[in-house]
Amino acid sequence: MSHFRVDIRQRAEEVLGLYPRARSAMLPLLHLAQEQDGYLSDEGIAEVAELTSTTPADVRGTASFYEMFHLEPVGKYVVGVCTNIACLLAGGEEMLEHASAFLGCAVGGTSDDGMFTLEESECLADCDVAPCVQVNHRYVRTTTPDAFDALVGDLRAGRLDHDVPAHGTLIRVHRSGGLRAPRAEVASQRADAQSAREARANEESK
Amino acid sequence: MATLTAPLIVSSRAEFADSYTLSRYLATGGYVALRTALTMFPEDVASEVDQASLLGRGGAGFPAGRKWSMLRKAPLSYLVVNGDESEPATFKDHYLVERDPHQLIEGVIIAAYALQVTQVFVFLRGEFALGLERVQQAVNDAYEHGALGSKIFGSNFSIDVVVHPGAGAYICGEETALIEALEGKRGFPRIKPPFFPAVTGLYGEPTVVNNVETMSNLPWIINNGGAAFAALGGGRSTGTRLFALAGRVKNPGVYEVEMVKNTFRDLIYDPQFGGGVIDDGAIKAIIPGGVSAPWFGPELLDLPLGQDEVAEKGSMLGSGSIVVMDETTCVVRAAWRITKFFSRESCGQCTPCREGSGWIERAMYRLEHGEGRMEDLDLLLDLCDNIAPGLTWPPQMTTICVLGPSIPSSVHSAISMFRDDFIAHIKLGRCPHD
Amino acid sequence: MTDLTRTTVSITVNGRTVEANPGELLIEAAERSGNYIPRFCYHPRMDPVGNCRMCLVEVEGPRGATLQPACFLKVNDGMNVTTDSEKVKKAQDGVLEFLLANHPLDCPVCDKGGECPLQDQSLAHGSGETRFVEEKRHWVKPVEIGELILLDRERCIQCSRCTRFAADVAGDAQIAFASRGDRIEVATSPNQPFDSVFSGNTVQICPVGALTAKPYRFSARPWDLDQVESTCTTCAVQCRVAVQSSGNHLTRVLGIDSEPVNHGWLCDKGRFTIDSIDGNEASTDLLHASTRITEPMIRRNGVLTSVSWGEALAEAARLLRDASNTPQGVGAIGGAALTNEGAFAWERFLRGVLGTENIDAQYGDGLDAALLQSLPKATINEAANAPTVITLTGDLREELPILFLRLRESAVRYHRSIVELAFGPSALRSVTRVSLPVRPGEAHLVARALTSTGAVDKGVEINEVDLAEARRLIGESGEGVVVVVGRPNVAESAQVVETALRYLAEQLPQAKFLPALRRSNVMGALDMGLSPQLRPGRGFDELAEGRDAQAQLAALRTGEQKAVLLLGGCLLGNVIDVTGACESLENADVVVVTGHGGATLAYANVVLPAVVQHERVGTVTNIEGRVTSVAPKIVAPGSAWPDLAIAAELAEQFGQNLGLHSVEQTAKTIEATTGYPTLSALNDETSDGYVAGRGDERSPRRPLDPMAFPGIRSIEIVGLGATAGAVDVSDVVTAKAPRSAPLGSVKAGRGVDVPLADAYSLRVVLSRRLYDNGIAVQGSPALHNLKAVTTLRLNHFDLDRLGVSTGDVVNVIGERGSTRLPVALDDGVPRGALDVAFGSLNEDGEDVIRPIIDHDRVITQLRLETT
Repeated sequence: MSHFRVDIRQRAEEVLGLYPRARSAMLPLLHLAQEQDGYLSDEGIAEVAELTSTTPADVRGTASFYEMFHLEPVGKYVVGVCTNIACLLAGGEEMLEHASAFLGCAVGGTSDDGMFTLEESECLADCDVAPCVQVNHRYVRTTTPDAFDALVGDLRAGRLDHDVPAHGTLIRVHRSGGLRAPRAEVASQRADAQSAREARANEESK
Repeated sequence: MATLTAPLIVSSRAEFADSYTLSRYLATGGYVALRTALTMFPEDVASEVDQASLLGRGGAGFPAGRKWSMLRKAPLSYLVVNGDESEPATFKDHYLVERDPHQLIEGVIIAAYALQVTQVFVFLRGEFALGLERVQQAVNDAYEHGALGSKIFGSNFSIDVVVHPGAGAYICGEETALIEALEGKRGFPRIKPPFFPAVTGLYGEPTVVNNVETMSNLPWIINNGGAAFAALGGGRSTGTRLFALAGRVKNPGVYEVEMVKNTFRDLIYDPQFGGGVIDDGAIKAIIPGGVSAPWFGPELLDLPLGQDEVAEKGSMLGSGSIVVMDETTCVVRAAWRITKFFSRESCGQCTPCREGSGWIERAMYRLEHGEGRMEDLDLLLDLCDNIAPGLTWPPQMTTICVLGPSIPSSVHSAISMFRDDFIAHIKLGRCPHD
Repeated sequence: MTDLTRTTVSITVNGRTVEANPGELLIEAAERSGNYIPRFCYHPRMDPVGNCRMCLVEVEGPRGATLQPACFLKVNDGMNVTTDSEKVKKAQDGVLEFLLANHPLDCPVCDKGGECPLQDQSLAHGSGETRFVEEKRHWVKPVEIGELILLDRERCIQCSRCTRFAADVAGDAQIAFASRGDRIEVATSPNQPFDSVFSGNTVQICPVGALTAKPYRFSARPWDLDQVESTCTTCAVQCRVAVQSSGNHLTRVLGIDSEPVNHGWLCDKGRFTIDSIDGNEASTDLLHASTRITEPMIRRNGVLTSVSWGEALAEAARLLRDASNTPQGVGAIGGAALTNEGAFAWERFLRGVLGTENIDAQYGDGLDAALLQSLPKATINEAANAPTVITLTGDLREELPILFLRLRESAVRYHRSIVELAFGPSALRSVTRVSLPVRPGEAHLVARALTSTGAVDKGVEINEVDLAEARRLIGESGEGVVVVVGRPNVAESAQVVETALRYLAEQLPQAKFLPALRRSNVMGALDMGLSPQLRPGRGFDELAEGRDAQAQLAALRTGEQKAVLLLGGCLLGNVIDVTGACESLENADVVVVTGHGGATLAYANVVLPAVVQHERVGTVTNIEGRVTSVAPKIVAPGSAWPDLAIAAELAEQFGQNLGLHSVEQTAKTIEATTGYPTLSALNDETSDGYVAGRGDERSPRRPLDPMAFPGIRSIEIVGLGATAGAVDVSDVVTAKAPRSAPLGSVKAGRGVDVPLADAYSLRVVLSRRLYDNGIAVQGSPALHNLKAVTTLRLNHFDLDRLGVSTGDVVNVIGERGSTRLPVALDDGVPRGALDVAFGSLNEDGEDVIRPIIDHDRVITQLRLETT
């Protein structure tokens, strides 16, 4: 009885196949769980625990270490406004205040219509377009209050659905296949390389 | 004025809007270096890199060749690419993964071949949604193109590259925390010893962790030779480097600059780069290498952009980010905001960092908001000293990883350089800039 | 622990040269040399993590002296360390100040106050003044994170001892760190409370009052507690414990770091069922009162009525004398609850006074005692250090929890191999090298496959790769192999495992065996001769013949045996054929000697109240044959007597003198006549006991470490009190041990005929749970909510075949009856089998599974039908 949808479960199993140990797939699997539910539901956490042979407490504890995972439901759009040093010098705090007022929700809160959750972000590595704003981890490059307001209008109207997928959908380009370097071949290749190295060392010592 | 004779090594495709595509990459000399490398002995590839004396571009500046040579010989080993760029005001890896993912992948394959590693994980910061898609597309295309997978380009070398998304934690830029995250755990930096993942890394196996920009230099080095790379720059700082310039400058951005040949002043004021301070104001201080670095006053603007040159003056070139603060900047607020960042990002594993960052942040907040006391300044310096004894740079530390001793950098810099600004806050009972 | 070799290295600590073992941790080496280094996160029974930073010291390196955590650094030759410099002091003071910054000032109302490592070190090193003027961190407090554990996050110093214990030692991370930075917290998952059977250990090792145990909370202040060192007899591992009381009330049991046995750990059953002994003041639940027997009773007009000891003894003697007038008319069942001295006294009474050989300390749910006696024995340490361990047991976490921890550590931390015969779900499964699924009735076939290179018997499904790996690990002769053997399935005849055991013993002459019988002091009772053919001091009389428990119950039913003396009150809770046993008791005169009541008492004619654990002095013997002392902490309620006194007084009623006057003198008699180390164990306060049959091999106790196991006070101060040195040992000439059973003379294990499997049925695995419906849990307000609920656990193949899934209720049909029970998915169950917990109750509080077990067949097969 999988909580994951068939397509998510299939991608989860593909992801598991990429790692030597199941637990390594933890972060990508949590992203998948969040893609399905928009946040990490208890059921999603339980399924990730099962897939990685860990416990729900362990998965939850791990997820909570990372900013991008939400253990409570959030809006369709999670708006992050950076106030770190470069953005601070470019009015990041003022932008955050403006966003809070315009969206009608406190920092960390969700707007009444459930569309937007506002967060104060740490540096998002786009400091030449400061203050930096991300929506669902897409750079929207709105550095003025007016541009921000327009962006919110576009999001509400669904005009940016292609550029900004709903919260949780992080990566829309999926891996086109599993591992392809055959393990046995790789082992023999390493042995070949080793003997080549030794042969050469012998030659040089002569 | 800036010296602009060096070639663009990692940002040569900046002019193309489709620089991230395979077709553009192939049209501009892509994957030629890899084909060349595959005809060489792996150790000869490594020695080219050694000869280039390419310093790691992540922050610590450890020579890549030396890092490679420490890789313990074992049946299994891994290459991990650190693309978790999170040092505030650093955005050069962001630029590279979005704009030139194939260059990164080609560099990765060259490195893996030199190291004879067949499984690579490219750990990218989770917030780089577009970057993740571009790199994943590049990896897919590279498989299609025969550059990845079984017996690449008809050689006897096989390799898999897995793109691994992070999930938002600054500390995962620390290579052992990154390995923990890659093992699916909380990003707690590992206690040392062992000092290097090259001995005990991913799953306890030997692992090399290299930065995105470091990897992106490799195709050029193979195409042009390590010697050509080493001929650029000066002293130990060879080649060019991407600098992320931000803060109170007219043209913030990522600029590729030959090392040592140019100074902070060149980068900030040259019209091709920063173009000067906003409103032509006066510089109050700069942060020369990410917010972990101690600050410089304007008297050091003519210092060359070289690793050792900056280290000699008690700071670091670090992650290659330069933040300019001018007379409009409240340094108390700046230092508080940086401390708040460290407090948010402390992993919480060890006491001095976990408790110290929170305590210092709250005291700095009080000071910035006019609720400070004169004795807070000495208290802050003493708390800083309890995290980084002696307040030297490079630091001593009471913590597991260097996040701890990074906390004091801005607080110590601000108090020692601008004590009067703090006193003004205390006396006024508010921030004078409000 | 570090791998220590013989040669030592020299290090310099504060200018003085100190010898240390290579690979030893600096914190340990420095402490041994008298340079104690403060610490919080470091725990000697777990891998160091170096995260509290309290143990920073200066170590010379290539770049001068740097601050390094002494708990994480291994010594190497020439290491130069300073632990007392100004720099070290400032760093440590700084860490302590950081730890205290957000720590609440609620020591006066904190359970840990008075025995708190943080409090102690603050008094020793702290400045006494705070420079922290900010608002302290606030959390809702306390949070109930499990049935037994409360969490106060404000007090937590994030040392990670509890989370590491849960993940690394117990292997079940029901608690984990959540969030990060100074918001980091220990947390559970909302749908999974912290109900590990080891949860209490996290409370014991917490260096602050962040984790507290509900049963102990606010019940006492540490300085008001009295303490004795003793041995827990809740199961047969017999962990060393510190038993603490306030007045005549048991307040707390703490694990002592005994090197050969429990390493300081305890299971929650041993730790928390003290409330079944004298109740729990904090609880208003009166359940416990119903299980404790405090007065002698005689059945009058069908009702048990309190009488004087004299009346009760006379009536008991009358019934037993009348019965013993008939040949084979009397016998005794039970004895695992006794001390060795009590068991020895009853053995003298039964064989010497009643002249019967019908004696059995087991309830038909164990293994043949003579067969076990004949096997070469391994200690727990030998099992934990063996390159390969074979387990032929149920889920050890449920049966012998601390043995599970020791074997788990062996596999996880030291990478040793476990070959598991997998009868059902097992917590050890995830760390075994090979697990071979064994269906009921097949253990002997799998054992044969393991020890030969021939073909596997037809019908037995074994993965060939796994089998080959298991054979490789076991080797030809079994050298270095320890076989842990118990009774994995009580719905299967003991003959199956006994036959398997004999194969292993015969085919692997170098292997050693560790019995995994569960119950209390069952090994001591058997060693004292409470079994047909066995004699005190591990003796064997091949010619003797007597009835075991099952034979006695059968004879009682037919009237061949008239009376039975029950040593312990839990017969009906433990026999498989409960209906038959009721008939047997109904038919007979029944004298029960017990400290706890239970269903069995409904059939008693006479009840003689006995003292129970923590009320008595003596020695007990664990699964490995380790003899240790038990000490009384409280006075038994009412007029309960020690068993020794009951046996002696009953013998007086027959005009006979057992010649046993005191525990000390009895222990001396045992040792003097058989060499069995009862007196040695009783008299030696500073050891972890003596292993029977191993001469003078003494296990010295590790020094007390109040930072690792806070709350335990020095044993030297309190000790055994009354018993210490009370007996002059100078005249004890250690006798030669009696002849033990040779395998060749043992009848058990010579084959078994298993009926063919019915393709439409599933074979039943009736396995044990720690929290069963036994007397200890029944009588414990702390634990009774955790009792197992009857569920049928099936492999997913079988669930799919039946078309049912977890939670569905099915009809269960057997030859003896039918019932309805829910199913649950558990791939730990072999295909074609179903696992169900012995002693569990269904949702109506009834034990519905035991009545439909085919107790007289080798295996039970049940058919499941959907409704």
